[in-house]
Amino acid sequence: MKLRSLTIKKATEGLKQKKFSSVELTKACLEKIKKLNPTLNAFISVCEEEALKDARKADKAMQNGNTSPLLGIPIALKDLFLTKGIRTTAGSKVLENYVPPFDATVVKKLKDAGAVIIGKTNCDAWAHGSSGENSDFGPTKNPWNTDYVPGGSSSGSAVAVASDMCTASTGTDTGGSIRLPASFCNVVGLKPTYGRVSRYGIVAMASSLDSIGHFTKTVEDAALLLSITAGNDSMDATTPQKQVPDYPKSLNRKPRELMLGIPKEYFLTGIDPEIKELTTKALSVLRVSNYHTQEISLPHTEYANACYYIIQPAEVSSNLARYDGIRYGFRRETFGDEAKRRIMLGTYTLSSGYYDAYYKKAMKVRTLITRDFDEAFKIVDAIIAPVSPTPAWKIGEKIDDPLKMYLSDIFTVTANLAGIPGLSIPIGFTKNGLPVGIQILGPQFAEETLFEIGKAFEEATQNETWRKRKP
Amino acid sequence: MEKKKTIAMRYTPVIGLEVHVELKTRSKMFCACSADYFGREPNTHTCPVCLGLPGALPVPNKKAIDWCILIGLALNCDISLFSKFDRKNYFYPDLSKGYQISQYDEPFCENGHVKISNGKRINIRRVHMEEDTGKLIHEAVDDQKVSLIDFNRSGVPLVEIVTEPDFESAEEVIEYLKTVQQIVRYLEVSNADMEKGNMRLEPNISLRKIKNSDLPKYKVEVKNINSFKFVEKTINFEIERQKKIFEGGKTPVQETRGWGEAKGETISQRSKEEAHDYRYFPEPDIPPIHWTESQVSHLKSQMIELPQTKFDRLRRVYGLSDYDAEILTKEKKTAIYFEEAVRLAKAIPTKTIANWIINKRIDIQNESVGRLIKQISMSHSSSIDESKLQSAIKDVIKDNEKAVNDYKNGKTSVIMFLIGNVMRKLKTKINPSIMKIALEKALRNSNG
Amino acid sequence: MKIDIAHVAKLANLPLSPKEEKKFEKQLSDVLGYIQKLNEVDTENVEPTFQVTGLETIVRCDTTFPSLSQDEALSGSTSTYNGLFKVEAIFGNGS
Repeated sequence: MKLRSLTIKKATEGLKQKKFSSVELTKACLEKIKKLNPTLNAFISVCEEEALKDARKADKAMQNGNTSPLLGIPIALKDLFLTKGIRTTAGSKVLENYVPPFDATVVKKLKDAGAVIIGKTNCDAWAHGSSGENSDFGPTKNPWNTDYVPGGSSSGSAVAVASDMCTASTGTDTGGSIRLPASFCNVVGLKPTYGRVSRYGIVAMASSLDSIGHFTKTVEDAALLLSITAGNDSMDATTPQKQVPDYPKSLNRKPRELMLGIPKEYFLTGIDPEIKELTTKALSVLRVSNYHTQEISLPHTEYANACYYIIQPAEVSSNLARYDGIRYGFRRETFGDEAKRRIMLGTYTLSSGYYDAYYKKAMKVRTLITRDFDEAFKIVDAIIAPVSPTPAWKIGEKIDDPLKMYLSDIFTVTANLAGIPGLSIPIGFTKNGLPVGIQILGPQFAEETLFEIGKAFEEATQNETWRKRKP
Repeated sequence: MEKKKTIAMRYTPVIGLEVHVELKTRSKMFCACSADYFGREPNTHTCPVCLGLPGALPVPNKKAIDWCILIGLALNCDISLFSKFDRKNYFYPDLSKGYQISQYDEPFCENGHVKISNGKRINIRRVHMEEDTGKLIHEAVDDQKVSLIDFNRSGVPLVEIVTEPDFESAEEVIEYLKTVQQIVRYLEVSNADMEKGNMRLEPNISLRKIKNSDLPKYKVEVKNINSFKFVEKTINFEIERQKKIFEGGKTPVQETRGWGEAKGETISQRSKEEAHDYRYFPEPDIPPIHWTESQVSHLKSQMIELPQTKFDRLRRVYGLSDYDAEILTKEKKTAIYFEEAVRLAKAIPTKTIANWIINKRIDIQNESVGRLIKQISMSHSSSIDESKLQSAIKDVIKDNEKAVNDYKNGKTSVIMFLIGNVMRKLKTKINPSIMKIALEKALRNSNG
Repeated sequence: MKIDIAHVAKLANLPLSPKEEKKFEKQLSDVLGYIQKLNEVDTENVEPTFQVTGLETIVRCDTTFPSLSQDEALSGSTSTYNGLFKVEAIFGNGS
């Protein structure tokens, strides 16, 4: 059994039982990276030396009886996460040589839990993108078919887990940037509740929308990682004091009979028939697994994308103002096209005379979208919806039409606007062999519910043939 | 000459002030770096937050906010129960994030006022919080003109106090500034030292026709004024400059100018740029601030006695002259020292204590009140047995009925005669003032 | 929807070539056209949502924590002098 294809759970068990060492596990991943990265371009920086050093330390700690939850597990970080002493580029040439003097809070937490940081993954520059093609370091390829995009912006992180280059990886989701690549790459992707996980030390995209999450091979692993990264951070004023539940433990609870909402607006738009078919199939699996479903309405869905593309670029334009080449990085001419577009769009909508018509208006529509969810969650426990109207598209297909690219976010932005959590899980493949996922959405801080439903689906489908596929 | 006089009479200055007060909190406004930046090695008081590194986030300093509210209360402002921070977006090398966290439409305090000595009420539009920028130093390095940046000051808390354009002269402005300076020093929230840059001001100066009560349609903002001396020079220069422009039949351009001490004039600082578009929007990284009525009341109840109130009270209670009261209340510690001295000194007249503190330049930091009182007593007389004194006074009053009656009927000069008698009786030299007070007391309490 | 790219680029401190200006003008106008969609929504009497957390008054105590060293602070820059960041001479004022 290949070490690198182990889940966190299995890897941790194996390490504890001394079936293998962290060095062996890490080496296995590093080998895979060496083999596949030249094609897939999932990593911008590979931390071979540091990773092996950490792995050796982990092995020693294990011998001394240390039982940290991620001890010796190779984790990759989206290159938006600042790592002290390790280059952090945000996928942009502006920060091509930037080495930060501090770690992001989440990075500290993962390290404290014993994780081995194996590398920094490729992403759309500044997280601006839905395909992975906007990286200044070349596009990341979908491991299931390298002619296709893996989804973005956390493209490298999704691909790294999908192709066993690491056990798990981190990402950010501002408008779908975890859920979309997760569904295109056949991995589990979690977008937690806004504020559940600290944003401190992670390159900011849109401050009121950025959610810090991760990619794993199973729902159980996602729950484990969240129990480590979640929690109040005194360095981030938008993280509530709310207690962090024992997410892994909650998965062992007796499964509840829950009501799942199917939002009709997510099936109205030109959704790909294969996606519709696979989603319908997944819903019937859920019904068999003791869940009830009912149609619900989220009436303002059609305005969510326009709303998002006002709020997000506005906040982006302000968050990217610090990159002036004086204290670090290169000058602003070095920004790529997409960054320039979003900065200008945001600057325009915030500028004198336009604030009320755009930003303020969008914030009001945001209230209406949030209310839609509040109303829905009064009658259902969770919502099931497609992640994308289409499966992955070919590299280059949408790159010349920014607006076309923005439209791929229509199903994912709603969760960011409302600040609610979303779990993307694989549900099968198209006839073309491209992965498809669904997203499970819940009220704020209801991640336990999402994990519960996701795990039930995993268990119900564990013997299906598509589960055995490898990229 | 005649023409000038006419023009001078036709126009009156319209001046509004923006004053920035740097708070002397221990840490900065949005991070835990030390705020004590003056004179430190450059870029040694920075962190990811105030240096604007990627991923850094602001968390507001509670004490700074409390102190801003105190300033607002001292300036008679209304305190908003709901408030928030906003981003003010612009590019400048000393602004590390490319935006300043400030307050736009929901400041902490509004609608205050300060009365100045000519009876005028200066209305205060708002008092709000923001963060300071880094410092730019212009130098030549290797024969090249460069600008050097030190971010130690970046993120230090600033309170901005904005007045309505109610001032009409440099004198009014200076008096207001001194009042504000005194208040924030009393509150111990700032050293408010203009030379050190912890109190800064930017006047907006225009002229309007005396007959026209509308506000002028332009204003000139003046920067780089860093002492009270410059305040007077700058404002008067600018008023004259604008008057001359009106003389020429034109209207002054709306712009920003800087005071240039070398040439003794204001110099235009604007290139052909339009006005800044700050693109204000609510700061998404900081949740809004919500005070309760009881929290505000609590702060109100902690308000110390402010300079004006202390001045009035000292005059009233101790019978001090305006002059003495002003000097004694200029600094809070002086007033406290004075009152403590009066409390401890039983027989020394208040006026004597006041005189000593005012004229003999007592070092109130190092000279304890007790020592001061001893010094005063010693310098005026040898010690006298209190009971002997009282007994001598009693006798003298008994023996000099006529003189006592004269005194009581208004002939107060008689007291000198009585003092002489007491001294002869005691056969020792005593501080006449002490004697006088003791006698006056005794006379008051005697009957007949 | 026409957008004054030159003006916006200046506000955003983004130097653009005339070719870039033209390209972006078209692309951004398209996006602006799309977001006009929001005008269809009736937002009368709807309060804007600036904070999805519902949090209020998150503040910290006035305590200090060690700063970055001067070296660490300067580490990202290639243009420094005597512990200071060095840039081309700036004339004029900030805000």
